Amino acid sequence: MTKKTKTMNLNFGPQHPAAHGVLRLILELNGEVVEKIDPHIGLLHRGTEKLIEHKTYAQAIPYFDRLDYVAPMNQEHAFALAVEKLLNVEVPARGQYIRVLFCEIGRILSHLLNITTQALDVGALTPSLWGFEERETLMTFYERVSGSRLHANYFRPGGVHKDLPMGLSDDILLFCESFPKIIDDLESLLTDNRIFKQRNVDIGIVTKQEALDHSFSGVMLRGSGVAWDLRKSQPYECYNEFDFKIPVGKNGDCYDRYLCRMEEMRESVKIIKDSILKMPTGPVKSIDGKITPPKKEDLKNSMEALIHHFKLFSEGYRVPKGEIYTAVEAPKGEFGVYLISDGSSKPYKCKIRAPGFSHLQAMDYLLKGHMLADVPAVLGSLDIVFGEVDR
Amino acid sequence: MSNNLIDLEKKINSTLTTNIKKSEINFEQLYIEIELKNIISTILFLKTNEKCNFKQLIDITAVDYPQNEKRFKIVYLLLSHENNLRIIINIEVDEKEIIPSITKIFPSANWMEREIYDMYGLSFKDHPDLRKILTDYGFKGYPLRKDFPLTGHTEVRYDENKKKVVYESVKLDQEYRNFDFESPWEGTNYIKDKIKTNKNND
Repeated sequence: MTKKTKTMNLNFGPQHPAAHGVLRLILELNGEVVEKIDPHIGLLHRGTEKLIEHKTYAQAIPYFDRLDYVAPMNQEHAFALAVEKLLNVEVPARGQYIRVLFCEIGRILSHLLNITTQALDVGALTPSLWGFEERETLMTFYERVSGSRLHANYFRPGGVHKDLPMGLSDDILLFCESFPKIIDDLESLLTDNRIFKQRNVDIGIVTKQEALDHSFSGVMLRGSGVAWDLRKSQPYECYNEFDFKIPVGKNGDCYDRYLCRMEEMRESVKIIKDSILKMPTGPVKSIDGKITPPKKEDLKNSMEALIHHFKLFSEGYRVPKGEIYTAVEAPKGEFGVYLISDGSSKPYKCKIRAPGFSHLQAMDYLLKGHMLADVPAVLGSLDIVFGEVDR
Repeated sequence: MSNNLIDLEKKINSTLTTNIKKSEINFEQLYIEIELKNIISTILFLKTNEKCNFKQLIDITAVDYPQNEKRFKIVYLLLSHENNLRIIINIEVDEKEIIPSITKIFPSANWMEREIYDMYGLSFKDHPDLRKILTDYGFKGYPLRKDFPLTGHTEVRYDENKKKVVYESVKLDQEYRNFDFESPWEGTNYIKDKIKTNKNND
């Protein structure tokens, strides 16, 4: 009585708490061993790129909040940089510092979510409760500066929308004092935790070469020992004025990636503190009235401001012909915008390069031969957010 | 950084000579234009040559120019970690032309090519698994082509009687309105002058 074992197909998601959104995986299993994974994505596809082609440059920014919705401002940043380069506009120093400040807050937001949900996927509940409390504090900073907790629409080509409100920088500094303690607490829960290590050490190993071949970026690349961070290697904005380290992993497994993220949060706190202490005074956005909207009070007194306001919010500004690729180091990796302008006030083409897209693509190769239980662990360490994968 | 870029441009032009139709440096990035038939050899050269070392594929995308004789443009973005440089490769292709897949050179090209197939309807030769990727199961049309309407052709809703989601053609209460705001409103002169002087300085 011999029975031939056959592989079994298992459908994972799209409604599954460990799928981190709307991921559908078709798993081919031999017993509990994964033989093949076919991720089905696109369940959150909203046609962002098509919509952007039909909107003015200023109207396109809110779409970037909705890509990787756990670190919205980092995405806006890439688009703003692209438009600024095409327009040849300089951002005033204070605007640059505010941008760096909020990009790093975004990085902590994203890493907190990722680390704690990764822990949740492998069975630890407490980190997420602790981490989300801190995220809430950070999101109030977002709210105080932009009016909304998630979809900020705060970075604009030419600078940022408004200056920091009174008292915000003091509160952020207070947060910087208390937050490292929270990171220590999280570490005490996870770093030496036996179960967490058993689930993550030597799981989903990526070698240097494989990381390059699969277009990995961000922590996925650094976890495998490639010291590459766009903030250091191709410094944009005023990142070259800050002193921070790039944590690099050794083994390229899920555990190293977790450690990298932990360390990056500490570095981000340093940058945040620095940016507030060093922040110069002055305007926060370009003073060119043809690009940035005038102040509300000027509308009552200045005819020119009124005309500018009307034109900026109807036609928008025209961007000179050209094509450009700009990338920023978003929390998840290299987030890029490839923008083509035909000289009108709407982008001709805007391709969004989302880091999660290439990371998720590697699922099949990462998990071949692993056990079924490793699927959520690896998925967690890839740091996938479907807003940006599906676009 | 720009010195390296000029060296790279010279190197590429001297080695690939006639394969390069056009090369230019804009915004500290190198743009080259090549023929479709040379795509594999060029990318292989850029990846393996010691001076170039473009070991990472960042993205592949396409652009639709309906008025052009060759309607589409394929864009390959490559990055070299060693030299800290980026290169952007442009190739003009016709709607019916079949593009050689570069999945053998860069495994990550797989989904990127699938996305182009899905969004623009361009086909790739020797692609291991050319299926749609982002659009709905059974979706028809190529959404990112310029002649595809923004609202699409079909919409879905849950039908209480049939107890399932049904597809219907789009019904708009109001036609899609695309206002024409274009006016002779130009940027200020001092900015144009600045751009000009900057270009001359480069």
